[in-house]
Amino acid sequence: MAYVAVKGGERAIDAAHDWLAEERRGDPAVPPLGVAQIQQQLGRAVNRVMAEGSLYDPQLAALAIKQAQGDLIEAAFLLRAYRTTLPRFAHSKPVDTGAMRIERRISAIFKDLPGGQMLGPTYDYTHRLLDFSLLDDEAVAQGPVAEAVPEAMPRVPDILGHEGIIEPDVPSEQEPGDLTREPLSFPAGRDVRLQALARGDEGFLLGMGYSTQRGYGGSHPFAGEIRMGEVSVEIEPAELGFAIDIGDVVLTECQMVNQFQGSKTVPPRFTRGYGLVFGFGERKAMAMALVDRTLRAEELGEDVTAPAQNVEFVLYHSDNIEATGFVEHLKLPHYVDFQSELQNVRKMRAERGTPE
Amino acid sequence: MDAPRSARQRWMSVLARADTGVLRRLLNQRAPLPAYTVLRGPEGGLAMVRGRAGGGGAAFNLGEMTVTRCSVSTEAGFVGHAYIQGRDTARAELAALADALMQDPLQAESIEKHVIAPLEHQQALKRAERAGKAAATKVQFFTMRTMRT
Repeated sequence: MAYVAVKGGERAIDAAHDWLAEERRGDPAVPPLGVAQIQQQLGRAVNRVMAEGSLYDPQLAALAIKQAQGDLIEAAFLLRAYRTTLPRFAHSKPVDTGAMRIERRISAIFKDLPGGQMLGPTYDYTHRLLDFSLLDDEAVAQGPVAEAVPEAMPRVPDILGHEGIIEPDVPSEQEPGDLTREPLSFPAGRDVRLQALARGDEGFLLGMGYSTQRGYGGSHPFAGEIRMGEVSVEIEPAELGFAIDIGDVVLTECQMVNQFQGSKTVPPRFTRGYGLVFGFGERKAMAMALVDRTLRAEELGEDVTAPAQNVEFVLYHSDNIEATGFVEHLKLPHYVDFQSELQNVRKMRAERGTPE
Repeated sequence: MDAPRSARQRWMSVLARADTGVLRRLLNQRAPLPAYTVLRGPEGGLAMVRGRAGGGGAAFNLGEMTVTRCSVSTEAGFVGHAYIQGRDTARAELAALADALMQDPLQAESIEKHVIAPLEHQQALKRAERAGKAAATKVQFFTMRTMRT
């Protein structure tokens, strides 16, 4: 039955929110946390909120994190709500990740990558031991600087692509679908799938990606390349008639390379899964690339047997704002619904002769 | 892939990345700001950022970013536009004004020398610093021969 609303409770709600504000501030003897501090020092949280909130604005993401007391899904929700108040001026030209100003670039399949591999500011190879020096806010030494040799950094699939042993990108100027304008519908093209994955929940995609590695729709992946850095964003305003740079966004891109047996029309070769996310979000980009590839099962003539290959299952459940809305609505008053269920169960028990 | 950038595209890209305080200081240092009329904005909005599947395939919508735009007209009749990342309305207005002044032959040389060139230099230094840090993490992996028998 439909949800039946309740009213009343205003005074309690106001009091609850006042207390929340107080709890958020914490002990007044401890200095308040500035939004700039969050933006500068909790960068990975800011990146995640921008990716899942689907809005690139580090200061607003930091504000949302502060407001949500560090609840990152709540913070992403705040960004999604904020964006609905703004008009859209333009869409960008597709960003050129090949021209990224690389801060990190690694390949698990090419040791001697043209342009080289750069670890960047990574947690890889750390020992995962708590660093107690951070308790005392010790000064941080400047990291080393080396001379940067300007070198082309082609994307790894473009390097392998020359041999025809890996599927090529097929450029297209078709207008992509947009989930912020039209609700999800099926069959969903790869454009819409990639948009949904890019804003999908990191934990959900990580679990889905992991399931493919454990055999549920496995596709023998290799991390062909992961790159992170800034790309320029260009739009073409109608009043100007030419493209202009409006700024830079940090992106993480993952190219998964997967073995493919071939089909009646295609010889054996490597296929690819693609991940691209706002900010430095390597785990998410890798998970996205794994899932992008498994969602291509039908296109590549593979059997659809596992959850990660099921487009509807993945896309309907990847959005944490929608998921949290539906799960958490269960806690709102359902008194009338439950009364009717209660009557039903009592009636069924009476019919069966269950003793009271 | 893309057409070479025009002079105007270059200065607009420099202005889009300028720090508000620095831009204001550089513009004021040169001479008092000329009178101008705001034609539109400054107003906040969004741009949908697009990527390409696989990096080079069909376009898809990656997510939005905040953008502020402004258009101004100077007394000499030059119209300047700005579309810049973020929500700083003062910065958008200054960038639009600088764009208008750069189109004015009587002003362009001075704005280029005192505003655009220093900003561009500063932005190049910042990029070079990040590139230098990245270069310091350049890695050489060696495959161990004895791992397989």
